[in-house]
Amino acid sequence: MASKKKTIRTIPQQRTPPRERDPKVRARNFEEVNCGYRLEDALREADRCLLCPEQPCVNGCPVSIDIPGFIQRISAKNFRGAYDVITDTNLLPAVCGRVCPQETQCEGVCTVGESLEPVAIGRLERFIGDLAITEGWANIPYMEPSGFKVGIVGSGPAGMACAADMAKAGCDVTVFEAFHQAGGVLKYGIPDFRLPNSVVDGEIDKLVRLGIKFECNTLVGRLFTIEQMISEMGFHAVFIGTGAGYPSFMGIPGESLNGVLSANELLTRCNLMHAREFPSYDTPLQPGRQVAVIGAGNTAMDAMRVCLRLGADKVHCIYRRSGAEAPARAEEIHHAAEEGIEFHWLTSPVEILDDGKRGVRGLRCVRMELGEPDQSGRPRPVQVPGSDFEFETDMVVFAIGTNANPIIGQTTQLKLDRRGYIATDDDLATSIAGVFAGGDIVTGAATVIEAMGAGRRAARSMKAYLGLRDTDVVYRDDAGGARPRLFGIDLDEHDFALLRLPRATGASAPESPASAGT
Amino acid sequence: MADAGRPSRFEIVAREDFSNVTFLLEIFHPLMAKAAKAGQFVIVMEREHGERIPLTIADFDRHTGTITLVIQAVGKTTRAMQQNCQPGTCLHAMVGPMGIPSHIGHAKKVMCVGGGLGVAPIYPQARAYKESGAYVIGIVGFRSRELMFWEQRFRACCDELIVCTDDGSAGIKGLVTEGIRQAVATHSDIDECVAIGPPIMMQGCAEATRPFGIKTVVSLNPVMVDGTGMCGGCRVKVGERVMFACVDGPDFDGHLVDFEDLMFRLKRYNESERAASVRFQDSCRMRDPVNDASADPPTQ
Repeated sequence: MASKKKTIRTIPQQRTPPRERDPKVRARNFEEVNCGYRLEDALREADRCLLCPEQPCVNGCPVSIDIPGFIQRISAKNFRGAYDVITDTNLLPAVCGRVCPQETQCEGVCTVGESLEPVAIGRLERFIGDLAITEGWANIPYMEPSGFKVGIVGSGPAGMACAADMAKAGCDVTVFEAFHQAGGVLKYGIPDFRLPNSVVDGEIDKLVRLGIKFECNTLVGRLFTIEQMISEMGFHAVFIGTGAGYPSFMGIPGESLNGVLSANELLTRCNLMHAREFPSYDTPLQPGRQVAVIGAGNTAMDAMRVCLRLGADKVHCIYRRSGAEAPARAEEIHHAAEEGIEFHWLTSPVEILDDGKRGVRGLRCVRMELGEPDQSGRPRPVQVPGSDFEFETDMVVFAIGTNANPIIGQTTQLKLDRRGYIATDDDLATSIAGVFAGGDIVTGAATVIEAMGAGRRAARSMKAYLGLRDTDVVYRDDAGGARPRLFGIDLDEHDFALLRLPRATGASAPESPASAGT
Repeated sequence: MADAGRPSRFEIVAREDFSNVTFLLEIFHPLMAKAAKAGQFVIVMEREHGERIPLTIADFDRHTGTITLVIQAVGKTTRAMQQNCQPGTCLHAMVGPMGIPSHIGHAKKVMCVGGGLGVAPIYPQARAYKESGAYVIGIVGFRSRELMFWEQRFRACCDELIVCTDDGSAGIKGLVTEGIRQAVATHSDIDECVAIGPPIMMQGCAEATRPFGIKTVVSLNPVMVDGTGMCGGCRVKVGERVMFACVDGPDFDGHLVDFEDLMFRLKRYNESERAASVRFQDSCRMRDPVNDASADPPTQ
């Protein structure tokens, strides 16, 4: 089937839409909005991939998934094979297919996208991920115990990715989480209608099957320190992926009024603590009728859509730049608009108004206009003088970004950068030997897949540090092609000896065999 | 699957009831008992569907591996704990120790002031100061003699102990601020004051020491969710700055804290809390009906 040469004219011209719930109905419940592809949708969309030799999508992917490889297998109806190809590099396809900003990554550089809409790589990935969960697939490679004990701090995407790689390398891996449930931002942050918690649990279950232990209710730094993990608790290496959870506020008057909260608080109460099921769950959340959410990132979109589902009459999005600069995924903005969110672009709040009972009565805003580009390359918003106006709201949610979580910094001697994030070298090693860090706690707030990419990069450095054989750094004779594998080991590879490599040699290994192979 | 591999076992090994609203729990957690320091707190969940509530660590024992919490049954969760937490049962979750430990400096003479429920968490501070060689004046306040607890423990670690009761049934009649006045009158060389209790009491203490310029540290306990600096629900105004009590505190300079703001913010979830309390009372027959339907959220 795949041997017939496809051209841009012969493939289905239209991108296959996923089944989605009706905006009017879904805006009032927490059911997942995007129902994903059915088998026939997936086959049709897979057929749109040209299997071009350039494979720009692989380079566009932060973890370099062999995208044409898995799409080819979907076309051949070899779904298990497609799953194997994805899980070679990405452990959580059901999660990433849902939450990656594909339009700026793989789909953004897709060859088909030059003349038509790009191949819906994310939806195909999710199709395979969901199928794996329902079929109970998991790739448990043969793992030779290496005798090394590895500690992972934080059970979010960075921690999970690092844990999986280290477990596959035969290490005894323990993941520590401060909350009472594992999953990090996937659990407390991303709401069920976008990423159901059952999907996260399904993916965590696979990690448990790799032999990874999860220790919840453990606040590393305070219960024991990073230094203690290395010196007293017998961990040979530690990875820190604690994220950048400390929410920012603007510092405008009225922020301490009741009815003003961070998106993190709103989402945590609603998602992790199930405030939406109050009183059967004990955590309360005050309902807003007229809600204003400040910011236009993914978190802001989640917060707005959560407020709608909690029963708000009207939800407003306040953003100081224009829609073109909004950092959220295109699909999220589209979904939010469909559900009736009102967008106020080029608007910035200057004061939250008191209703006289320490509640919120309204928001005073100013109009903005776009000026010269700033350091981030985006046009700098400038206030339009005398454009003040008020509008009515009884709840204000700040979703304007986060800062470094201070706990690890407070409790260790680790070197931090000037903004409080953990300082690392290019290989994600920190200033303490054996301690690595990655994800938002190093880079500042970013995406789930970037955090996973960092977790895997740290795992590679960690393996080099421990002198473990790195399955990614092996001989490959030619570009692409199916590689014969046995128990997860490349059959072309002959030397299974455990070597303790000097760090520099191991870490300077090529970034990824997939990208090097083309 | 919720806890992915770890059974949550936070076993209650002892319980003591001080009154019909105040009770003490000792929870077995050797690692935490080893790590805990004066001034820190924990977050507990009573059951899987429960809320996360912050409770200040009242004591810890490194030999027996236990953490002591003193709880006042004021809201739905704390009342449910009063009913359900018996020796042998387990909490769903307990995480900590959280917050920056109190700075036990080189003060030579300190006042340790505890009001109501704040009496319990002031104890480890008084003990820590005593161990550091300071002259410790303990000032503890209760509504009446029946609600008093830990008098002997305090006598053991304080050089002086002033007991205040609202009705005068024990010690001097009046609030803890009366005790502070007395202490300040007899000692002109007090370096430091540590006050823990309800916000209104801590505010009173800060005002009582302000004219004398005595450094006053208060321990704040606003509404929290995670306790790790992630939700920002616990933000408090300290001087010109907004701080998160969970990771920047819980100890702050009492002369700079905006207590009005704190007290208003503590009422954020009053409505839901009241509804939950009423429902709780209706749904189960309590052994000792508590009439004191206080409007405070369940955060001590």
